[in-house]
Amino acid sequence: MSQNKVLRIKSLYDIPREELFISGHGLCPGCTAGTIMRMLTKVTGKDTIIVNATGCVEVSTTRYPYSNWLVPWLHSAFENSGASASGIAAAIKAMKRKGLMDKNKDVKVVVVAGDGGTVDIGLQSLSGMLERRDPVMYVLYDNEAYMNTGIQRSGSTPHGAWTTTTPAGKVWRGEWRDKKDIAGIAAAHHIPYVATANPAYPMDMINKFARGLEVLNEGPSFIQVLMACTTGWRFDPALGITISRLATETGIFPIYEIDHGNFRVTFPVMKRKPVKEYLKLQGRFAHLTDEEINEIQKLVDQKVEMINKMAGKTVIGPVA
Amino acid sequence: MEKLVSYKEMAPGGIVVNPGNSLEYKTGDWKVLIPVINQETCTRCRICWYVCPDNAIVELDKEYTTKKNRKYKVSYDVNADFCKGCGMCAQECPVKAIEMVPVEVA
Amino acid sequence: MLEEAKRAIPLSTNHAIAYAVKDLDVDVISAYPITPQTTVVEKISEFIAKGELDAEYIHVESEHSALSAAISASLTGARAFTATASQGFALMHEMLHIASGLRAPLVMSVAMRSLSAPISIWNDQSDLFNARDAGWIIIFAHTAQEAYDTIIQSYKIAEDHNVLLPVMVGYDGYVMSHTIEPVIIEDKEKVMKFAPKVQYPFKLDPDKPVSIGSITPPEYYYEFKYQQVQAINGSLPTIEKVDEDFGKTFGRNYGLMECYMCEDADSLIMANASYASTLKAFLPEIRKQGLNVGLLRLRVYRPFPLQKFVEYTSDKKNLLVIDRAISYGAPYQGPLANEISGAMVKEGLKLNLISVVAGIGQRTVEFEDFLALARLAHEGRRHEETIFYGVRE
Repeated sequence: MSQNKVLRIKSLYDIPREELFISGHGLCPGCTAGTIMRMLTKVTGKDTIIVNATGCVEVSTTRYPYSNWLVPWLHSAFENSGASASGIAAAIKAMKRKGLMDKNKDVKVVVVAGDGGTVDIGLQSLSGMLERRDPVMYVLYDNEAYMNTGIQRSGSTPHGAWTTTTPAGKVWRGEWRDKKDIAGIAAAHHIPYVATANPAYPMDMINKFARGLEVLNEGPSFIQVLMACTTGWRFDPALGITISRLATETGIFPIYEIDHGNFRVTFPVMKRKPVKEYLKLQGRFAHLTDEEINEIQKLVDQKVEMINKMAGKTVIGPVA
Repeated sequence: MEKLVSYKEMAPGGIVVNPGNSLEYKTGDWKVLIPVINQETCTRCRICWYVCPDNAIVELDKEYTTKKNRKYKVSYDVNADFCKGCGMCAQECPVKAIEMVPVEVA
Repeated sequence: MLEEAKRAIPLSTNHAIAYAVKDLDVDVISAYPITPQTTVVEKISEFIAKGELDAEYIHVESEHSALSAAISASLTGARAFTATASQGFALMHEMLHIASGLRAPLVMSVAMRSLSAPISIWNDQSDLFNARDAGWIIIFAHTAQEAYDTIIQSYKIAEDHNVLLPVMVGYDGYVMSHTIEPVIIEDKEKVMKFAPKVQYPFKLDPDKPVSIGSITPPEYYYEFKYQQVQAINGSLPTIEKVDEDFGKTFGRNYGLMECYMCEDADSLIMANASYASTLKAFLPEIRKQGLNVGLLRLRVYRPFPLQKFVEYTSDKKNLLVIDRAISYGAPYQGPLANEISGAMVKEGLKLNLISVVAGIGQRTVEFEDFLALARLAHEGRRHEETIFYGVRE
């Protein structure tokens, strides 16, 4: 199978200037999804078909009669991105084989979906797509709630977070369950490449997109990108990248990859910051008492321990 | 008010046949603050260009020589038509070369 | 006729449909098993496994995904097919509207079956009639041969750039899906010459990017829905022409609606699919009993061939409409009877409409039952309410 050279970057200067996700979209001011989509399309290049699940990115980027996608783009429903992408990949494969499409053209199929469309309603079709090993890169932009419908909790909402369906009061103290480990679920399908990424680490994120495309001749890839949401997380729109960085520096969102089964934390954090530094910048955690913050700290400590176990060494250190 | 076309003149299915026409949809009027880039102190690190969700930091092949005679091949500018004024560029600028100022003042 | 008969091979309707898919050189099949559809997609997989059909076969994890994948494949420019029934069909419901809304030219066969609960795997038409307003072209087949022929016709209709609508072909679960009839399978080259592939005009192509599935504000949405109205109404001449051309090429055509033994009849029974073929067999005997009844066979259901309906019924006294689905709480509780009563008002027809619900959950309707229904039609009494034929009071 032909494989075009995939973009790899060593510094920000290696990122191509050409934009395929252009201006004039309706994402909120300071929405880091805009940053992520710009970089994603720069890596995929123009020979790409995007499948977009219903969600913030979908409604903000193709408000008829406008569209800011310079690559072919399809949205059909919320829960079916995996299946939709499989249909496109199958069509390309069949049409190439039957001479209905240029055999030498390497057209990539990439899903863009939010956490609701991925960890909740779209999990079934995602699992089908991964299990069939269809050549699709699935990019989850994880803003940890149903932001498009107005900040309702999803399976990806973290412990303690206020949402409009897990409000904080005397009885409820925000979300009381842990965030679903979607990357772990994807990895359990034993696909060639699974990664978590964070736009505060551009080279890491961009190269993970590149790796995700590289493996498509073997099977699908899944990349979970943390997407700090100014509106739903309740923070100053200038702070999206700062907060994203803190998510990794506190060990709340470790960035790693599982490349053909090899687990590697791509940004080791030897001196971890306390979770409070991350939480205090966000209105969704404003109701938490010190005691409740300590509970979250303990949960994160446990998660870090698990990550270190998987790495076989300490890649994320204790809170300094 | 623009005249809306008949159903006969629209491609079927809500399909946008000329994507990229979003440039007609100016989001610049959302903002109350606008970044002003100090070309003297800017180190051309490209971070503001990277972070901008709206592609409103423009990288121009415009040479610039600072007063200390430092030569740069590129300059960064703000596309006011699309900048929503979030301030992420100013926040992430490692040398504080970007200042967010009220739109009226700019 | 004898020569023709020699060419026929014994096939169930399900297998006849699989042969049509093979002869149409379909590129992408997405499939999920559900009774009584399953042997369609089993047979197709067999064709692919043996190298008789070159296609991608997506083993999806649900019918929702089956239709989703068929939609996206057709929008990429491939010829796509899926099949379903009953619960699976109901699970697809969201995507039915999206298929027609995005104008995806795909074809789906429906082995019609009852809906849960209580669960029943047997035949009626609750599944398809639930989807009658989903914007698809709907055609009922009444023989395995007609199913084979109609699948071929359907791609030619769906892919016509003046149509661009998905087509579903309905037939009765078990009674047809698993019953073997003689079917003439045509030469593949001849089939492809009749229905050459015509790709979706706005396909997902990096050389000419489009955005499909935008969010449309109130000042645009209505126009897209009206386009669908125009497209489906405007498809009627295409459907008719394709059927006529099919007749010229293959020697078989069916019309939009069929009136059988009806020219001299005072009363008509409106039926589709297996009830139509059964009635065709029984009518000579029914006539012998002095009942001057004919059959009005519903073939093309969406768009509804209203002019044909008027043509066939305007001089009749009684029209008994058999529904095998229930429209709970509606004025007539048979969905088709409701529509016919509307059509009568619209066209000023003075027929005596008799609404009958029968065969629910495959409650058997035998010769005596058809005879009783023919008698009801022939008697011509007015029945204000829907008759639930055969239910135990």
